[in-house]
Amino acid sequence: MKIELTRQKVHNEFAKKVELISGQNLFACYQCGNCTAGCPVAFAMEVGPHEVIRYTLLGLEDEAVGVNTFWLCASCLQCTSRCPKGIDIARVMDALRMVVLRKKERKDHIQIPEFPEGFLEKVPQIALVSGFRKFLS
Amino acid sequence: MPACAKARPYALCGWECQMDYLYFPGCTLYTKAKNFDQTARDCSLRLGFELKELKEWTCCGATFPLATDNIMALLPPSRILAKAREEGTALTTLCAICFNVIKRTNRLIQQDGEKRDKINNFIEKNYQGDLQVLHYLEILKREIGFPQLKEKVKKPLAGLKTAAYYGCMLLRPFEEMGFDDKEKPTLFEDFLEALGAKATEFPYKIECCGSFQSVGSPDVATECAYRILGSAIKNGAEAMVSTCPMCTFNIDHKQSDIKQKYLDFNPIPVFYFTQLLGISMGLDYQTLGFEQNAVDPLPLLKEKGFL
Repeated sequence: MKIELTRQKVHNEFAKKVELISGQNLFACYQCGNCTAGCPVAFAMEVGPHEVIRYTLLGLEDEAVGVNTFWLCASCLQCTSRCPKGIDIARVMDALRMVVLRKKERKDHIQIPEFPEGFLEKVPQIALVSGFRKFLS
Repeated sequence: MPACAKARPYALCGWECQMDYLYFPGCTLYTKAKNFDQTARDCSLRLGFELKELKEWTCCGATFPLATDNIMALLPPSRILAKAREEGTALTTLCAICFNVIKRTNRLIQQDGEKRDKINNFIEKNYQGDLQVLHYLEILKREIGFPQLKEKVKKPLAGLKTAAYYGCMLLRPFEEMGFDDKEKPTLFEDFLEALGAKATEFPYKIECCGSFQSVGSPDVATECAYRILGSAIKNGAEAMVSTCPMCTFNIDHKQSDIKQKYLDFNPIPVFYFTQLLGISMGLDYQTLGFEQNAVDPLPLLKEKGFL
């Protein structure tokens, strides 16, 4: 993928929005990959958390919100705990979720009617409450 | 702290009843994790304190909002805190997620004046963050002390090789939780060793179980659980010990899914730490709620001669 860098692209509106919601300075990220290395669900991610941060900084909104990375984040804060630059990466992942869920289409990430039979009875409410908070608009 | 004047705990434990702790059970401890709630209450009586349930408690929200502009999600834990402050000065929880959400919210109210005002305005209270939020294990360590706990053990769990699984919410974020070391905690192992059990060291003890991904991407959560269990088994564990109903769902109730995917996987029982405490305190095993554990722990307990 060829990416042309311009001042406008690097200081883009999308990155500003993510920074505003997460309260984090994305420009502190120097792409060491510590977050991805320690992430317990990185095996299932299309790209690692550090790569999503890079996409965001380059203004590649479609690429950044089009991957499954932040949907798979379980907010376990391992990345946050290990980031050498002190970025709370779990907050960045949550901000990306919010960017998608707060769009005017209000498209949910999970569809409750599509749950398999007996699923709601099986899962403890602690998982349902937190899951719905993370995945529904 | 008011001294406990009730005759019941004194008669049960034989020790001077020291104090009551305000207790927030949380949603799952009233349904799918009744065994966690009940054993903790019973054990506390044996140890000389009582868990006094918070009146009219509500759900804590089960996640601390990570989006900085999401004040709404801070209101349920703030309400719980404000309510608890009217009744006492310390609030105890058992569930690691409730502990995390309530403790982080408490700290935010202490430190962020603007958010504190907004929250108080909304819930029509004047709560300043002056409540101590404790986990049950912290009470055992700080108020009772593990050496003293060891003396009270009636039935030591000798020969039981356990894996102390912390998960994430007890420990992280380290600066806010202050529970134990962020990479190499030992509090849980110290507790198990006080009960006479052996605590196996395994590298996945602070890894995430997949948490609410059991709703979003169940297969991913199953894989996380498999890695944790596999690591513990490889290091010689015969049973896992958990502090959280969410972790327990993922590492205990999902073992049947793991077995379907990995045919050579041998299920191991997962205990709440209060169940093991209950056995060692000499409580009748029929009151420990083992019927709610997905993998039946009774064969292992019989084999070890604890029943």
